[in-house]
Amino acid sequence: MTAVLELTGITKRFGALTANDDVSLSLAQGEILALLGENGAGKTTLMNILFGHYAADAGDVRVFGQTLPPGRPRAAIEAGVGMVHQHFTLAANLSVLDNVMLGSERLVRLRSGRSAARAKLLDISDRFGLPVDPDARISRLSVGERQRVEILKALYRDARILILDEPTAVLARPEAERLFATLREMTQEGLSLIFISHKLHEVMAASDRVAVLRGGKMVAERRTAETSANELAELMVGRSVVRPKREAHAIGAPVVVASGVSVAGKLDDISFAVHEGEILGIVGVSGNGQAALGALVSGLGGPTAGTLRLGDGDMGSLSARALIDAGAARIPEDRHAEGVVGELPVWENAVLERLRSKAFSRGGFVRRGAARAHAAGLIDRFDIRGAVPDTRTGLLSGGNMQKLILGRNLASSPRFILANQPTRGLDEGAIAAVHAELLAARAAGAAILLISEELEEAVGLADRIQAIVKGRLSRPVVAEDADARRLGLMMAGMWESTDAA
Amino acid sequence: MRLERRAHVPLGLVVAAPVAAIVAALALAAGLIAAAGVNPLTAYGEMLRGALGSRLAITEMLTRATPLILTGLAAAVAFRARLWNIGGEGQFYMGALITAWAGHSLGLPGPLGIAVLMVLGMAAGAVMLAGPAFLRLRFGVDEVVTTLLLNFIVILFVGLMIEGPLRDPLAFGWPSSVPVDGDYRLPDLVPRTRLHIGLLFAIAAAGAVWLVLARTVFGAEARAAGFNPRAASFAGISLPRTLMGVALLSGGLAGLAGAVEVMGVTASVTTTMSPGFGYAGIVVAMLAALHPAGVVAAAVFVATVFVGADAMSRATGVPSFIADVIVALSLLTMLVALLFTTYRVRQ
Amino acid sequence: MIEALEILTSASLWAAVLRIATPLIFGVLGALICERSGVLNLGIEGIMTMGAMVGWLTVYLGADLWTGLAMAAAAGAMMGLLHALLTVPLGLSQHVSGLGITLFASALAYYLYRLIVVVGESPPTIVPFRPLDLGPLSDLPFLGPVFFSQSAPTYVALLAVVVMGYVLARTPLGLAIRMTGENPHAVEAQGVNPIAIRIGAVMAGSALMGVGGAFLTTAAFNSFFPEMVQGRGWICIALVVFASWRPYKALLGALLFAFFDAYQLRLQTVVEGVPYQLFLMAPYVLSIVALILVARRAEVPAALMTPYRRGER
Repeated sequence: MTAVLELTGITKRFGALTANDDVSLSLAQGEILALLGENGAGKTTLMNILFGHYAADAGDVRVFGQTLPPGRPRAAIEAGVGMVHQHFTLAANLSVLDNVMLGSERLVRLRSGRSAARAKLLDISDRFGLPVDPDARISRLSVGERQRVEILKALYRDARILILDEPTAVLARPEAERLFATLREMTQEGLSLIFISHKLHEVMAASDRVAVLRGGKMVAERRTAETSANELAELMVGRSVVRPKREAHAIGAPVVVASGVSVAGKLDDISFAVHEGEILGIVGVSGNGQAALGALVSGLGGPTAGTLRLGDGDMGSLSARALIDAGAARIPEDRHAEGVVGELPVWENAVLERLRSKAFSRGGFVRRGAARAHAAGLIDRFDIRGAVPDTRTGLLSGGNMQKLILGRNLASSPRFILANQPTRGLDEGAIAAVHAELLAARAAGAAILLISEELEEAVGLADRIQAIVKGRLSRPVVAEDADARRLGLMMAGMWESTDAA
Repeated sequence: MRLERRAHVPLGLVVAAPVAAIVAALALAAGLIAAAGVNPLTAYGEMLRGALGSRLAITEMLTRATPLILTGLAAAVAFRARLWNIGGEGQFYMGALITAWAGHSLGLPGPLGIAVLMVLGMAAGAVMLAGPAFLRLRFGVDEVVTTLLLNFIVILFVGLMIEGPLRDPLAFGWPSSVPVDGDYRLPDLVPRTRLHIGLLFAIAAAGAVWLVLARTVFGAEARAAGFNPRAASFAGISLPRTLMGVALLSGGLAGLAGAVEVMGVTASVTTTMSPGFGYAGIVVAMLAALHPAGVVAAAVFVATVFVGADAMSRATGVPSFIADVIVALSLLTMLVALLFTTYRVRQ
Repeated sequence: MIEALEILTSASLWAAVLRIATPLIFGVLGALICERSGVLNLGIEGIMTMGAMVGWLTVYLGADLWTGLAMAAAAGAMMGLLHALLTVPLGLSQHVSGLGITLFASALAYYLYRLIVVVGESPPTIVPFRPLDLGPLSDLPFLGPVFFSQSAPTYVALLAVVVMGYVLARTPLGLAIRMTGENPHAVEAQGVNPIAIRIGAVMAGSALMGVGGAFLTTAAFNSFFPEMVQGRGWICIALVVFASWRPYKALLGALLFAFFDAYQLRLQTVVEGVPYQLFLMAPYVLSIVALILVARRAEVPAALMTPYRRGER
């Protein structure tokens, strides 16, 4: 077997952080290599260096025996490397063909060769079994279709080596399985692949070989056939982190009840109830209405039909502020965009939601002493590391930022908590901490609505689970009855048939 | 080479940035002065002398700085909240116009009348910015273009009024509005100069703005909304209310500048009474890094350049437009300097 | 009232529409290409002033009119380069940088003009572009004066609309510019440098703005004087939004605006008892009204005003 790709001694630093520390890696012809590691282990940085988005501080990249000049994506593309980014790099308002063609021709030309390009695209799409409409606008495509376009972009540029960054992050189980089947067929056509993942089961199922990154270092390489999920988990995390377990306890009265709630174009006739001391898990593939559901129970918009109640009151008509005053806590989906104001210090973020309460202001002036003391209390109680009240919040790591948001929400013992993707992008240690806090709130009697794309998380935390697909909710299943297969089918929208069975 | 966000901005750097920016701007403009055949050092010497060389010069400079402090505050308040108020010029004129109109016929005792006129001037400026803020909130119309276009509309409106209903029948030559009543002229700060107590009002306004922005709930909410509107809105802060509050404050400050200028200096309104106070306010705000205390210092710098350039032009023959060049250049160099206070360059 | 309507049938009105529209067409195309690549260029007002001065000065110093336009374009491109360097690789606020460019370019233009030109009682003049004489075409009734007796730069402006429409829609470069304005990360991922694209687009757009300014001093008038651009640059920024970032709609917008401007000028002479300032205000007010009408429907380039830094999302 010949190596088509070799990385040797790659080191990359960002300020004090060493993202990659002397990493070496090789890829053989026709092989599927999984690059496994936690969030923050340096996987994406390594692939961005390979593709030329970043220049490494040390080390080099050889493709088919030739060294690539650092920091030039174009050189990587021309050498036959294609990258499918986790956050798709597509222009949403342009057509599929536009997105695919860009960069494939000399820029200064009198006319684009669109008809030839269309023919080539359709040919590739046919050969690799990736059907696509060249004239469709990207914004009208589903996530799965967009990913197909990303792969086609690479193939159109005659990629022989394909790098996929977390390719299944946005796919339902059946779609993910189809994707891996397609990738396997591609290796028959002579392609070699690297896919980045932090999901053990898909690494075990789909790869030939696994390379494990931890803390920026390459810690192990294994043939997939010669390892086990347990061994990989240990290698990946490096220490044994045990996620806290949910204890069975009595469930109380309903706190938040939705009956037949719709939000025009986004949510369709959904019903659910969350009770005191209960975690209700909403699972689903990204983009199926979770954002609208999150906004709805965060007080950012009301339903267009149906009723949403918090205790005895109408929840649908409450503003965000009124909702907070009524005892609701909300952990938003995107920490950076919605959770905190990165430019402001920790203490201001700690009291942002309650600036107008008596505790933190008097006569229109902020009670800075009280606010700082409150922030110091949160830092202490929720173990927010590397922070004092005056630290600029944007400097906190993802895990510590999430602990700040949790602290801000949980400190006032809310009766209802929305936790929208509470552990997205966090490492195993931070995940365990977040889970422990949510379970503690549950034990204290809070009603928790957990929206998650991580099945393992939903099964581990939730008492009951409903799936969200295309803005509709399945009927709830008790967590104990929710095996992976059943949940997979629910998330693919096939709950009617499972109900019937 | 890449830019990396600094974890902490040392105070020294915060102060050094505008100084470095001004030095750089002066150095760049020196080339243009040399092109006029004049030794730049001589020219800058004349400039300093013209603005700071005598008691009279200093009072003239401070007279010029007074409206700049207020328009600078107007821009700083708005820009902090990411409200792009480029309409300071129009708001200034509306504040001035309403002051002249009301001040001509108001039957109130002096001090009370002055207070009422200042409130009226602020209200006129506030309304001028409330319109664009409303259009942004209601229709999503970019306020940059609307406030810019309103400047032209306001100037024409002022022309219309001072040639029509508010025309001063006693004025000769260029049309001018009726003057404010003598009772409402601001007292001199230094006898026998044009410097009036409006300077103290402007400095007090800077203190008040600092207090509002740094210490009140409204200030905290406006800051949060400016940096990250989504997060602020998620935290229950009403964006429309915050934005409108900022607009009223910002427009009010620019309107106040017009009122103070009329009561303190010109007595009546003409269409040339502002040498670009509104636009220069943007430079002042940026040089101050949008900080109210810095606005006072920056206004003094800009006023020094403008007043000094006139004297320098008379002495050396260098066109006085060099003042506008220096001020504009210092805005651009300050932008770059600000970048290096928040980021550091790394290999 | 009849007179107000009669104006509409006069050839001189419609000839004026094209003439008044010409600098706006250059300006709006310039602003459009900048914004299509993702950069708002509020330097336009100053760049047009600079173009007006440089174009005029070049001719005043002895060069021919076309060289004047070329120098105006070059001066515009230089100012554009400055704006691009500040906003693209350095990622500084496009609003503030643009305003800074406007203040700087106009101040520099006035300064250099005063430095080089001796101004007496009235500003010195040049011999400007003359209306073309296209023989029998120019002699056609109505159509002749309106379409076939314009000065040469007007036809260049119309040609520029067609060229820009073609380049943006049909060439690889146009696709790269559009995509950079939509998602620069996508451009980078395809091996094209979005920073180079943006710098190039801003320079090209600013060159067009410079030519638009120069039309004022080499065709519409024959001298340079302060404040002569009179907000035309800001009008162009509004017209780009009105045109939803499309070249042909931008042409339509410029013509509409020019029509109102030409019509109000003529109305002033026949409608009595209305202050002339109200007529002069009309075009600015209409621009704001137009913005209100289209704002919600506008298809803004998705990455407009978003600085691109490699490796940052």
